[in-house]
Amino acid sequence: MSYSSQGAVGLSPTRAMKLSVRTLALSYLALLLVAPVGMIFYHTFEGGLGPVWSAVSAPNAVHAFWLSLEIVAIAVPLNTVFGIGIALLLERGRFRGKALLGMLIDLPFAISPVVVGLALVLVYGKTGWLGNWLAGHGIQVIFSVPGIVIATAVVSLPFVARETIPVLRELGTDSEQAAATLGASWRQTFWRVTLPGIRWGVVYGVVLTTARALGEFGAVSIVSGRIEGQTQTLPLYVQDRFENFDSTGAYTAAVVLALLALGTLLAMNLLTRRTRARKAL
Amino acid sequence: MLLPVAALLAKASSGGTSAFWREVSNPEALAAIKLTLAVSAIVVVVNAIFGTLIAWVLVRDEFPGKSVVNALIDLPFALPTIVAGIVLLALYGKGSPVGVDVAFTRASIALALLFVTLPFVVRSVQPVLLELDRSMEEAAASLGAGPLTVLRRIVLPSLTPAIVSGVALSFARAVGEYGSLVLITGELPFKTEVGSVYVFGQISNENLPAAAAVSVVLLLAALAVLGALTLVSRWRSKHVL
Repeated sequence: MSYSSQGAVGLSPTRAMKLSVRTLALSYLALLLVAPVGMIFYHTFEGGLGPVWSAVSAPNAVHAFWLSLEIVAIAVPLNTVFGIGIALLLERGRFRGKALLGMLIDLPFAISPVVVGLALVLVYGKTGWLGNWLAGHGIQVIFSVPGIVIATAVVSLPFVARETIPVLRELGTDSEQAAATLGASWRQTFWRVTLPGIRWGVVYGVVLTTARALGEFGAVSIVSGRIEGQTQTLPLYVQDRFENFDSTGAYTAAVVLALLALGTLLAMNLLTRRTRARKAL
Repeated sequence: MLLPVAALLAKASSGGTSAFWREVSNPEALAAIKLTLAVSAIVVVVNAIFGTLIAWVLVRDEFPGKSVVNALIDLPFALPTIVAGIVLLALYGKGSPVGVDVAFTRASIALALLFVTLPFVVRSVQPVLLELDRSMEEAAASLGAGPLTVLRRIVLPSLTPAIVSGVALSFARAVGEYGSLVLITGELPFKTEVGSVYVFGQISNENLPAAAAVSVVLLLAALAVLGALTLVSRWRSKHVL
């Protein structure tokens, strides 16, 4: 910013403005983001490692942790396959209602998780549309694990498709057509040409899906029934401990989730850096 | 996806328009809906200002640790919402180490919503600012325009579409937010109860028609804003470029 150093003594106006904007922006981030998150790390480890260890190894905490991982292990692969399929359909297919399908995929971003939970209860619940049929076949969806999986899958639905579509568009169809001309079946083309081309977009989508699936609260809170040691996921456990005045238990579980979130952040950054480095070549 | 939404619409309209209006105009429901829209509107204005400032600092400024700050912006997306609530409560709740206690007040709703919607404006303005041609700004400056004039006449107009798009996304998110509000707002009817919390309460009371009616209102508010965004961006790409 050399153009405005018109012989000013000390700080030039531009430099002063820059510094104050920087201070303002960074203070806002510090007060809203960094200090609160730092605070709960401090609160958690304030009393030493002993209470933290017993909070982590409490049976309900351990159960909630594994349940959350189980949900992620089912919902994320489901959404990955579905997301790639939808992305291919939207980017390579030609059919009526394509724009509508595109909007439908983004719908979970516009709907409150609570509303997703309610909608699922209205379909799969006791008095819901499929309630009688499911009960007749001995399947319980609401207040059990299948319901949590469905709720998690719905709220994290758009990520893989969203991240894959632009990569697919950029990739173009040249190499796919070349493969087809050389006699490759559509299956060979997909596994050998398309998928390797879009893999980093897919991985980025998977990271976002995992973070969302792990942290989902509103929808899961409604469909799970929040039964301790049975349908209580880790975020639900945090609420339960907090409302039962067990702040160590709540803070410790929150820190576990925060660490997983920081891991996600790290993965996202490494992936963007890789993409950028590749583009620069 | 279609089936649950269809079930929701069917439930909301099962009693006809009059039943729908009765549910929506119930004083508690109405208060919750109004509060949701008002706080969301305030939050997106703050987001527009600070989001743009942060994006500007991340693109145009240089300081040590900038890449860490840049990575931290996405933290609210990665952090589970319930953790966001508990984290804010630890610093700005009862027994706050800095002496600020907003728990169970309307300010707490705004605080939680600001936290969870922080990335939207920053992440939509940042790439546009990065691509912005600086020669126009330099030309204006060399013709004698002060930094504020350059900002107002040259930089802001090119950023407006990105700011609007970030604002629309934050608004949709704010209207539906639930997890981060559970612990910090206390869910007090007529005071800190927002729409999503009201819906949750009605589901717990097995009053599904009321829950469905307010859900539809929230959904329409979010869709209206996102729909307007699509129309505006479509109109712009036709008429400006």
